[in-house]
Formats: sequence, C-alpha cells, structure tokens
Amino acid sequence: MFYREAGQFKTTYESDQSVFPIRQDRIGLAIILVVAFVVVPLFGSSFLVNAVLIPFLVFSLAAIGLNLLTGYTGLLSLGSGAFMGVGAYACYKLTTYFPGVNILVWIVCSGFFSALVGVFFGLPSMRIKGFYLAVATLAAQFFLEWCFLRIPWLYNNNISGAIEVPTRTLFGLIITGPNAAPQTRYLIVLTIVTLMTLAASNLMHGRIGRMWMAVRDMDIAAELMGIRLLPTKLTAFAVSSFYCGVAGAMLVFLWYGGAEPNVFSIDQSFLILFMIIVGGLGSLLGSFLGAALIFILPIILRTVPAQFGLPIHAATVEHLTFMIVGALIIFFLIVEPHGLARLWQIAKQKLRVWPFPY
Amino acid sequence: MKVKHLVLRAALGVLLGTGAVVAPAQAQEGIYVPLMTYRTGPFATSGIPIANGMHDYLSMLNARDGGIGGAKLIIEECETGYDTKKGLECYEQVKSKNPVVTNPWSTGITLGLIPKASVDKIPILSMAYGLSASAVGNDFPWVFNPPATYWDGLSMILKHIGAKEGGLDKLKGKTIGYIFFDGGYGREPIPLLEQLAKDYGFTIKLYPVPVSEMQNQSGLWLNVRRDRPSWMVMWGWGAMNPTAVKEAAKIGFPMDHLVGVWWSGGEDDARPTGPEAKGYTTLNFSAVGANFPAIQDILKNVVDKGGSQVASKDKVGESHYNKGVYNSVLIAEAIRNAQKLTGKKVVNGDDVRRGLETLNISAARWKELGLAEFGSPLAVSCTDHNGHQSAYLQQWDGDKWVKVSDWIEPMKDKVQPLLDAAAKEYVEKNAGWPKRTETCDKAS
Repeated sequence: MFYREAGQFKTTYESDQSVFPIRQDRIGLAIILVVAFVVVPLFGSSFLVNAVLIPFLVFSLAAIGLNLLTGYTGLLSLGSGAFMGVGAYACYKLTTYFPGVNILVWIVCSGFFSALVGVFFGLPSMRIKGFYLAVATLAAQFFLEWCFLRIPWLYNNNISGAIEVPTRTLFGLIITGPNAAPQTRYLIVLTIVTLMTLAASNLMHGRIGRMWMAVRDMDIAAELMGIRLLPTKLTAFAVSSFYCGVAGAMLVFLWYGGAEPNVFSIDQSFLILFMIIVGGLGSLLGSFLGAALIFILPIILRTVPAQFGLPIHAATVEHLTFMIVGALIIFFLIVEPHGLARLWQIAKQKLRVWPFPY
Repeated sequence: MKVKHLVLRAALGVLLGTGAVVAPAQAQEGIYVPLMTYRTGPFATSGIPIANGMHDYLSMLNARDGGIGGAKLIIEECETGYDTKKGLECYEQVKSKNPVVTNPWSTGITLGLIPKASVDKIPILSMAYGLSASAVGNDFPWVFNPPATYWDGLSMILKHIGAKEGGLDKLKGKTIGYIFFDGGYGREPIPLLEQLAKDYGFTIKLYPVPVSEMQNQSGLWLNVRRDRPSWMVMWGWGAMNPTAVKEAAKIGFPMDHLVGVWWSGGEDDARPTGPEAKGYTTLNFSAVGANFPAIQDILKNVVDKGGSQVASKDKVGESHYNKGVYNSVLIAEAIRNAQKLTGKKVVNGDDVRRGLETLNISAARWKELGLAEFGSPLAVSCTDHNGHQSAYLQQWDGDKWVKVSDWIEPMKDKVQPLLDAAAKEYVEKNAGWPKRTETCDKAS
C-alpha cells in the first residue's frame, strides 16, 4: 500500500534504466543520507559515532571491496585483511615522508598501493580458480602479515612495532589524531564511503561491471564473447584491493588512531568474508547490511541486557555473541544463501502487495 | 516461507535494537571504575586470575568499608579478549560514564589510549606493562606504569643470571636466548637487551612467537636445542607461557635456566607441565599466597558470599590473582589520595591523576592495608611515573611458586637513559605532542 509504484510512469529509457526506478526508494535513500549527514553529527552521542558508525562505515567499504571481487567477479579471496593493511601502512609511510600533503590525499592514494599489491597476487587467478585461488590469496595474507611484523622500515623502526597516527588538519580543522572530534572524522569517513559506493554502483552498472559478472557466471562463455579474461580478473583484483586499501587506511587513521600488525590478521579477512556472505554476495546493499549485522549485533548484545539491568558477566556476553553470530551465519547459509540483501528484496515485494497479497 | 517470516522479524528486531544502543546508560552516584578484562580468547589463562583479583579487591572494599572514603565504587567489567579493536570499543563505551582511571591490560590497547588520555582527562594505569617510556612523567602526565618497566625487569633478570654465573663479567662469550611474544609487549625489551649484550659481551638469539603460533612452538624449541643458549629469557603471555614451559621441558632444557618476566609467572603457566617444570623461574613483584589479612577479607566478604567469579577458593592468592589485587590496591590508593588532595568524596579522572602522581605506599602503609610485605615500597612522583621498584624471583617447585631471592633492584643507570631517549623519540615522532601543563602536587 505504502510502497507501490503504481502511477509512476517511465517516459524515457533513462528513467526506466535508472539505479532506483521507484520513487519511494529514492525518497528513502534521501532520508538515510540526510540522517547520516545532518542528524547524526548534530545529535549522535560520541559512543554512537565513534564506536558504532565509524567502524560500521569502514567495514562496509571493505565489504564492498571484497564483494566486487567475490560477489561480482566470482573470485574468492581470503586476503582482504592484508590488503587493508597495505593501505594503512602505505598511508602511514606516505604521510611520514610527505607530512605537508593533505592526509585525505594520502588516504585515497594508499588505495593505489593496495591495488598494485592486489594485482600482483591476482596474477595466479589466470590459471587457478575456486578453492585453489583462495589458497593463493591466503598466501598473500600470510606474506603481507609477515611483512607488517618483520620489516621495521614499514613502521619507522618503532620499538613497539605499532604505527601511530599523527595529527593532521584539513582547512585548519583537526581530522586525525587524538584531538580530532569524532563528528569530524565521521563526516570524512561518511563522505569517502558515499562517494566510493557511488563509484562502485556506476562501475557495476557499466561495461566493466558487466564484464566481471559475465566472467563470474561462466568464464568460458565470457571469453567466447570477446572478454579478455586476464585483464578483467586483474581489474577486479585492482579495484577490490583499492577499496580494501582505502578502508584499511581509514580504519587506522580515522578510527583506531594507531595499529599493531595483528589488526590485519586472517581474522579480519574472515570477518569481512562473513559480512558479504551474510549480507549478500553481489550486492552493494548487502555489503552494508552484512557489515551492520556482523559488527553492530555484538555491540547490541553487549549493551541491551545492561539496559534492562540484567546482570550478565562481560565474558558470558562474549560467549553468547560468538554463539549467536555463528548460529546466524549457519542459519543464513541454509535458509537464505543470498543474504540480507535478498531478504530486503522479499520484504519489498511483500510491502508492494500488502495488505492484499495475491 | 514461514522461516523467512521469522528472518524478517529477526531483522526488524535487530533494527529496533539499534535504537536502544543510542541511549547512554544512566550514571549512578559513586566512583566509576571500569575494568578492561579478558576471560575469553587465547589469553584467558592469564586474564582470568587477574580479572578476578582486580574485581574482588575492589568488591571487598565496597563490602567491608562501603567503598573508599564513603564513596561507593561502581565496578564494571568490559571484555576485551586482548583485542585492540574491542578494547577501544570498551573505552568508548565507558568514557561517557566518567571513569576515574582505565586499566587496559594489553600493550596494544595502552598504545592506542595513550594519546587519548590527556584529551579525555582519564588517566591510564598500565601496571608494569604498556609503553616503558611512559614512565617519564614530564612527557606523559596522564600515563602511569608502576611498579617497574619491562626494561627494569630485564635488567633484574640479567642481574640474576650474572649472580648465578658468578658475576656479570662472566657473561662474556655466552649466548642468551630471548623468547618473546611477537608484539609490542615482547619487543620492547630488545633495545636494552642489545645494549646489555654490547656492554657485557654476550650474544643474543631472538625467538619471536607470533600470536598465531603461541600454541605451536615445537619448531622454535628445536632451534633452541640446536643453538644451545646458556640461558633463556622469556616474555610470554596467555597460552604462550604454558606451551613454552612444556616444550622447554620436552627438549630437556635446564628449567632453572629459563627465566620469565612477571607476566610469565602464573600457576597455570607452570602447572600443566607438572613436576618437569620444577626449577622454572620468573620475576614477580607481588607476594603469592592468601595469608594476608586483606585477602582473608576478600575470602570472607566476597568469595564466600558468591560475589566473585573465581572457579574455586584455592585460586584466591595465586600469583596472577595477587597481581590483580596489586593493581586494585594502586587504584584504591590513588582514589584515596585524590580524595585527600581535593577534599571531595566523589573524585573524577583529573583528581585521580593527581592521586596517582602522589602515590606512596611505604612498608608501613602496606601493613596498614593488611598486605604486609605484599610488595616492595612504592613511590611515584611527577617526573617518575614508574618508581622502578624492585622485584623478586620465584621458582616453581613442581606444585607452587616459592620465593627464591631477595628484592632485586633494577639497573637504573642502564634503564634511565633509554627511557629518556624513548620518551623523546615518541614526542618527536608525534609532532604536536602536548607539553605538560598539569601542576605538580606535593606528596600527601
């Protein structure tokens, strides 16, 4: 009833082919953007902004990165955590060598380093597929993690082996380091994530995205249609790693404010993989939903019982979180392998015909 | 389709639940002391006794004395799992409730919090861990790491090794192996170790243990067998400790030549190896055992009343449990000092920072606390946020820890220059590090 496109006539091909053909969707998206850009910075508590939304957005971007590779191109990667690390360490090195250049430039540029490394480790994808490729990317994960740990040049010979974020400004406003207001950092993260999501959406609806999907669905057929496999797969690796790299740089510079190598461990890669599996493979919306579920659910589990005054020990909550998240993953794999994004589609369909389903 | 309805409903529930997070919890009247603990994950073996010790001593003060100076303590644990990410999340979660001090209990989390402490006006108490350089109070007014730094600990171990070899000059030409947790924690002592190796002419062999390999050290100990170091020094934590002790026993390494730092000296680190671990030696800065009036009070007021999470009563008084108690004594004394300095009942983070800076626990004060001879006398000052206190060596007799040495002083002359240099370097690297503006209080 409320969600019905009856009466919305398309008069041009352009409007018929648009990303959001239904008016309600456009309104909804506009509301979300207004809330995210205006309401949250004005009224959100420091905890909400700092511990919930910034990490959520960072993980969403990383999930989009992996989704481009795994969901859209069909190449399974277990190295996304390491590619995030490449971005973070590249950004750190760049800003120590050239402190005068604005940090935002370096955060975006660090994506290119990550892309370069991604392409290198993507080379075997020409010959190997599926599980074997996953193992090759696993090698990338271990090798890069080893680099972060063992090459002192990467962390400027710091005794503790950690990288620390210096204070940097944008138009006189402090945006990184401990003195940066959470709201400022949030707005920067939000802007970057919004722009990059838009870019990803355009990419997916254009020639490159279609090439990726053709390769995913059947690479031999794609090849016969004239798609060159190697460049296609390598661009997928490059773009995916670029996204992961920027997410990694944001993770350290706009959220943690410092990091040890074990931040970019295999656990991080798995976490992002779970996000896209639960959220929905091959869906940008799914990347956000998955990140929300996997990251925010534990926080809710931790805070909600306390709100009701239930005396649950901190460790018990941790065990519960593990069990619930694990159960959810299995549940989704069995009941809805296409993830939360598909559920959203079903819900949309139901809302359309509500209250008179046929 | 029924199941899918369920999923939809669950998804809706999650969305609604998000709203609940937004509302911050109401702060109660009292002094809020959050404890970052870990009872889960690969570091739980070390984390559980410490969490219990910290929690129980503070609960005991609430039950026995009604808090500190008439103000009740609000104790809340936040599970970090020794994970930096979760630790920072915990910090954000507790920040809004005006904590008077944070205890990160992880070097990684401490490093992440150090720059935030002065901004948020919440002092950090990283008891004998964290950044060694933060002992320099002029550069780190908000960070405290009493009673000793890792560098102090290493110099004490070297003194012990020297004494056993018949003098530090006898170390010339010998090989000392260093097995360490491959992270900020285990790597900190390396500069001093290199310095001492140069000074005394011994060679060092490094055996790093990455987090993922903590329980898989057989390859590493094969290398140890090949290299034949005369002594092994260990900086381990969590599951790494019992594994290392077990593997050392397996290759027949002389156990009394394996010397760990205080964080490697838990009962659960040596016990799994059983009698073969006999002779394993570690540093410790707090006494072991429950024969102290204060710990008896814990048993009476907290454990017997079911207010503790300890698995059994005999865990009270174990080595790591007592370190947790030590940590809470420091918190309690700092709060008491802060109340004295300000005259307020409910103090805040800034007051407790002043309280920590005037921390002075003499032997007499330890006795007053019901913990005579529990630790060496401790004094912190505005310039020295550490104290560089002595520690002693304890040895595993196959069943329990036995004190085998007197209190050993650290080599302050070797440690201090390194500390100053490290603090200077930290400040230089973090351009725009705030200059100390906090005034210094006279010790009360």
